[in-house]
Amino acid sequence: MLPIEIIYKIILILAVFTVTLVVAMYSTYAERKVAGFIQDRYGPNRAGPFGIFQPLADGLKMFTKQEFIPDSSDKQLFVLGPSLAMLTACMTGVVIPWGGDITIGDKIVKLQITDINIGILYLLGVVSVGVYGIMIGGWASNNKYSLLGALRASSQMISYEIALGLALISLIMMTGTLSLGEIVRQQDEGLANVVYQPLGFLIFLICAFAETNRAPFDLPESENELIGGYHTEYSSMKLGFYLFAEYINMFISSALIASLYFGGYNFPFQHSLGLEGNMLSMVQTFVFFMKVFFFIFFYMWVRWTLPRFRFDQLMNLGWKTLIPLAILNMFITGIVIGYKNGFFNF
Amino acid sequence: MQLTNRSKQVADTKMTWVERIYLPAIFKGMMITISHFFKKKVTYQYPEQKRDIAPVYRGQHVLKRDDHGAERCTACGLCAVACPAEAITMVAEERKKGDEKHYREEKYAGIYEINMLRCIFCGLCEEACPKEAIFLTDRIVPTTFHREDYIYGKDRLVEKMDERIDVSVRQTQNLANFKKNSEYAHNKLK
Amino acid sequence: MITQYLFYFLTFVAIFSALLVVFSKNPIYSALYLIVTFFATAGHYFLLNAQFLAAVHVIVYAGAIMVLFIYVIMMLNLNKEVEPHKSTMLKVAATVCGGVLGLVLVAGLRETELTALSEYSNPSIGLIERLGNVLFGTYMVPFEISAVLFLSAMVGAVFLSKKTIH
Repeated sequence: MLPIEIIYKIILILAVFTVTLVVAMYSTYAERKVAGFIQDRYGPNRAGPFGIFQPLADGLKMFTKQEFIPDSSDKQLFVLGPSLAMLTACMTGVVIPWGGDITIGDKIVKLQITDINIGILYLLGVVSVGVYGIMIGGWASNNKYSLLGALRASSQMISYEIALGLALISLIMMTGTLSLGEIVRQQDEGLANVVYQPLGFLIFLICAFAETNRAPFDLPESENELIGGYHTEYSSMKLGFYLFAEYINMFISSALIASLYFGGYNFPFQHSLGLEGNMLSMVQTFVFFMKVFFFIFFYMWVRWTLPRFRFDQLMNLGWKTLIPLAILNMFITGIVIGYKNGFFNF
Repeated sequence: MQLTNRSKQVADTKMTWVERIYLPAIFKGMMITISHFFKKKVTYQYPEQKRDIAPVYRGQHVLKRDDHGAERCTACGLCAVACPAEAITMVAEERKKGDEKHYREEKYAGIYEINMLRCIFCGLCEEACPKEAIFLTDRIVPTTFHREDYIYGKDRLVEKMDERIDVSVRQTQNLANFKKNSEYAHNKLK
Repeated sequence: MITQYLFYFLTFVAIFSALLVVFSKNPIYSALYLIVTFFATAGHYFLLNAQFLAAVHVIVYAGAIMVLFIYVIMMLNLNKEVEPHKSTMLKVAATVCGGVLGLVLVAGLRETELTALSEYSNPSIGLIERLGNVLFGTYMVPFEISAVLFLSAMVGAVFLSKKTIH
């Protein structure tokens, strides 16, 4: 008989995995709905009531389409590309705290798969490896548009990772921990981190857009200049994996923004509601998902508002604006922390 | 020339600091898109909700029968000559004895075909017809998957006896008056 | 016990993929196998409870440096035999250099005593707090000097990439 902790972990992993996939699935539906509503249309509304079966229809279409591997492509890498993209997208969810502690029997467990003490570094590592899926797929297609898309993706992601990391450093300096669970717990006692780190939040948000290849930073797949970018040659479910990975990344990065800067599962006056234990945790999880859904909506809202950047503008923004700003933010944070700790009292 | 009062004078001046950080402009744009989110949608939900079509709309053709149910067409070929897209083909046949009930004139169209992919729905066949046999209606040509399905023969062009097609809707008053002229008297029932 | 099996597995993966780096004909495969090697090495760091080192290893080597490597390799024209013919002198020189490196390694390892890791049982070793205290305490000066070194390298790279040098 397995100990209850291990059974709980297995259930939690499966639950998180399922929730991630379902949310990503319905993000595709939400994307089309939001796009429709913003453009004075209705969006998909034929498959089932309000079109809620549209993702299933899309998935079925993806699965039954012809599986095509170009003759001149590198076969193994061609398959490896989308697999890596999907794998790295699914790996990020494990360090996110989805809610407060819950009590099962006499044991108190966290609603977080693992609270490793280098949580943020783990995330950065997985994100930085995530670019390989796009690069390998783009190169293996043996198509110049795919290659250009892959080159754009890699240079864009490397550039924005730096600003992303620097923005996070200010946050880490402030909280003094790399564990996501601890960062969220600290926001229970004080205000949400966005109050202390507005500039850091803005930089993080912009970089998150660039890292997920979402508009206005969707240059790797810009359809009007690169046809489809790195996934030009892909069809069937391999294409589906790439598109799906993008939506999973969007979900996870929304969860990250909510956890790091907007208090995670905490909400104002949560301890004066008279809720206790598991009840409170459920409400907290609900609140957390509301925050996450808002940011997913925000991603879509931005996508259907802003036009795409030009590549030199993208690089200028990343290297000449965001990185100096992030360093400035780091300096300011350092000075404030030093002042608070009495470093300047001579 | 000023078409609307929404035009904006653009100038190639250097942007100010506030303009260069772009965030106010982005915020403004986001507010515009979110306002559209709650606006009334312009979509027509097609099969349930149809748009009004123009009174003179020219759709799928019909070969009319007269009040006794005889085909009006005499296969004179004027419609095929008038057709700019050369979509009409016909083969004339002579009326046999005993077929007077089915065909109004002594000569009739044994085969009458319109290629709906070639047809440009200009309505010149309708204007050319001396026998008031062919009309364009307000029906829409349905789509299919095969090219052959678009060649409409007499089976689909000639109106059925039990479901007569009303073509008076899209006939303008002018045309109706014109058709009352004495040169069209032969079309009237004897 | 599991640790030991993991160690053997990771070592096998590391050495096998390192050999494939050398023997692969296609440079992009070499680079990809090198990434696998880095991951196996990061796994070793994890086994040593040096989580920070493992994460940074993945971020810096697999996530940044190898991306740039592949970035360059992707632009190469791999269809043509562009590899220039190596002269015999060059081959001899390469063998000698490699041999010298091997000699140094053997000499270095020969003197090393394989002591049992007494601090291995300490769970907090290699954690980021420990590392920070050591880096910004005992080794403050070397750390800062290496930072200056990186800065100068960066300035040099920027200077070289400027086109308007006359």
